[in-house]
Amino acid sequence: MSDLLSMAAVLEGHYRIRHERTAIHMLLGRQPDQPITYGRLIDGAAGVAAELVRAGVGRAEVVVIILPHGELLVDAFWGAVMHGAIPSILPPLTEKLSPEKYRRDLAALIGVTHPAAIVTFPDFENEARAAVDVSGRASAVIVLHEPRFVEPEFRVLGGMRAQVDDIALLQHSSGTTGLQKGVALSHSAIFHQLQAYAPAIGLSPNDTIVSWLPLYHDMGLIASFVMPVLRRVPVVMMSPFDWVRAPAKLLQAISAHKGTLCWLPNFAYPFIATRVRDRDLVGVDLSSMRAFVNCSEPCYRHAHAQFAQRFANYGLRADALHTSYAMAENTFAVTQSLRAPAFAASDGELHLSCGRPLANVQLRVLGPDERELGEGETGEIVVRSDCMLSGYYHRDELTAQAFVDGHYRTGDLGYLHEGELYVTGRRKDLIIVGGKNVYPNDLEQLAGEVAGVHAGRVAAFGVFDAEQGTEEVVIVAEAEDLRVVGDAAAAELLADHVRAHVTKNSDVAVRIVQIVPEKWLIKTSSGKVSRGACREKWAESQSRESE
Amino acid sequence: MRTMSEIQSKLARFIAEKIMKQPKRELNPDQKLISSGLIDSFSLVDVGLFVEDEFGVRIDDVDLTVELMDTLVLMEQAVVARRNA
Repeated sequence: MSDLLSMAAVLEGHYRIRHERTAIHMLLGRQPDQPITYGRLIDGAAGVAAELVRAGVGRAEVVVIILPHGELLVDAFWGAVMHGAIPSILPPLTEKLSPEKYRRDLAALIGVTHPAAIVTFPDFENEARAAVDVSGRASAVIVLHEPRFVEPEFRVLGGMRAQVDDIALLQHSSGTTGLQKGVALSHSAIFHQLQAYAPAIGLSPNDTIVSWLPLYHDMGLIASFVMPVLRRVPVVMMSPFDWVRAPAKLLQAISAHKGTLCWLPNFAYPFIATRVRDRDLVGVDLSSMRAFVNCSEPCYRHAHAQFAQRFANYGLRADALHTSYAMAENTFAVTQSLRAPAFAASDGELHLSCGRPLANVQLRVLGPDERELGEGETGEIVVRSDCMLSGYYHRDELTAQAFVDGHYRTGDLGYLHEGELYVTGRRKDLIIVGGKNVYPNDLEQLAGEVAGVHAGRVAAFGVFDAEQGTEEVVIVAEAEDLRVVGDAAAAELLADHVRAHVTKNSDVAVRIVQIVPEKWLIKTSSGKVSRGACREKWAESQSRESE
Repeated sequence: MRTMSEIQSKLARFIAEKIMKQPKRELNPDQKLISSGLIDSFSLVDVGLFVEDEFGVRIDDVDLTVELMDTLVLMEQAVVARRNA
């Protein structure tokens, strides 16, 4: 790939030269697998681009895409790219989440992002229209029923006129409220990321990527969708909903397609290792795998050890377990491990090194006074590269706050040792559950809305669950009425209300809700609830209980 | 609380102990478990494995959905339907 084209121009090259080659193997649960050639992918994308023209969507306007796993999602994304619009894939409504909350959030997002259109599917049309009405914007709603194939006329496609610094796509992958930040990435950021990341993982057209990751997450969108399509590497895609019900299918897909690369969040390693039965592994061979890359939440040695042991008899190579430190704000990867990574002890758990910074990344560790720290000293990780976000879309103030001296503040704590990055914790009170970033504020606000809970007297924090390999959310809430605390049944009922309300309005499953008396929570001298102190107090009370 | 069938009681005990980690927790047969946020949809695969070990029937993964598995009653129906199949 020559330096710095637009994404549409890369597709044009693939269309001419690799027309019959399979770009994507789409796995579809109950239906047979569907191979999608570059010719098919680009004709389908041109069909969507034609719909965008008809709807009056202009170049450089945002197109929100809400579609389930499948070929139409692929068509919609690349269709927006070929039209020169800015695609942003959002998650569909799940049964856990309340439709009212989803609509409010979508309306808020429309209010910030001003999309020219929302591309969706028939079952979701009314929901999309309702959100547009609430937002007061005039976004078109485009409903895709089935693929429509159009031979592209590249000469007239808006995407061919895109400049390298134009925004190529938006990623909304953090948080649980409608005011999620849309990470805006330019064509040049994406190409620079691929130029740096592809050699770091030794990517070649002989690879096959296998993924169950959703496309509204950077690891799914960039590593397992945009990168393979642009770099001519076949990718096998399955739905996250199918994977979670039948994790063995990921391994069967790797075996059937001779997969070589797969990105997974840490929790997936113990999940797969403990939920897959031997009878689902008959004939499964994982020896084609060069790397499972652990990414998007803290990486633990235990997770890798469990996975390696479980699948050693199925051809899994001991040196195939890798790690990466990544974030949407850097397009994707910041670091990548080359070998099975080193171990580093902290907080009683054995963490894994995230490997070395990519060639285009300058990584520093800063102390509290923003002075650069030396080897082995722990501080905030800041990053500078040529693949950083252009900004948070329409959120200039947040963009300005995110940088210090030209470096992006990750909010993560860590240190460098012999050139490798060790991530040890977070400066922000962010909780990461199964690779999803959750802001405690959002959950505390929701819990405070429940009748019987003392609003403003709630703490939400994460505790690491070694068995599950990820953080578990804990909510501690002060009851308004002391009698509720003394009555186990009443306390349980109130806890259930909190759990249900939080889950429905955040899509975060909260198992542990503790109802406590007034003045239980610990506040800082400035009067704010101290989550760290509450977390310690809660952990102590738990260990006393189990004695 | 309504009396529960044996299948429901076994499911209830498994869910309370192993998934919710609240062994003393009582569950109602009609209580919504997943859509209410009491248990995560990630846990459905655990319910599927438990059903297989305990009752000797296999629930196909495409049927491990919230619509078909949201309450103890629904779970029991899934077990019984497959036993009789």
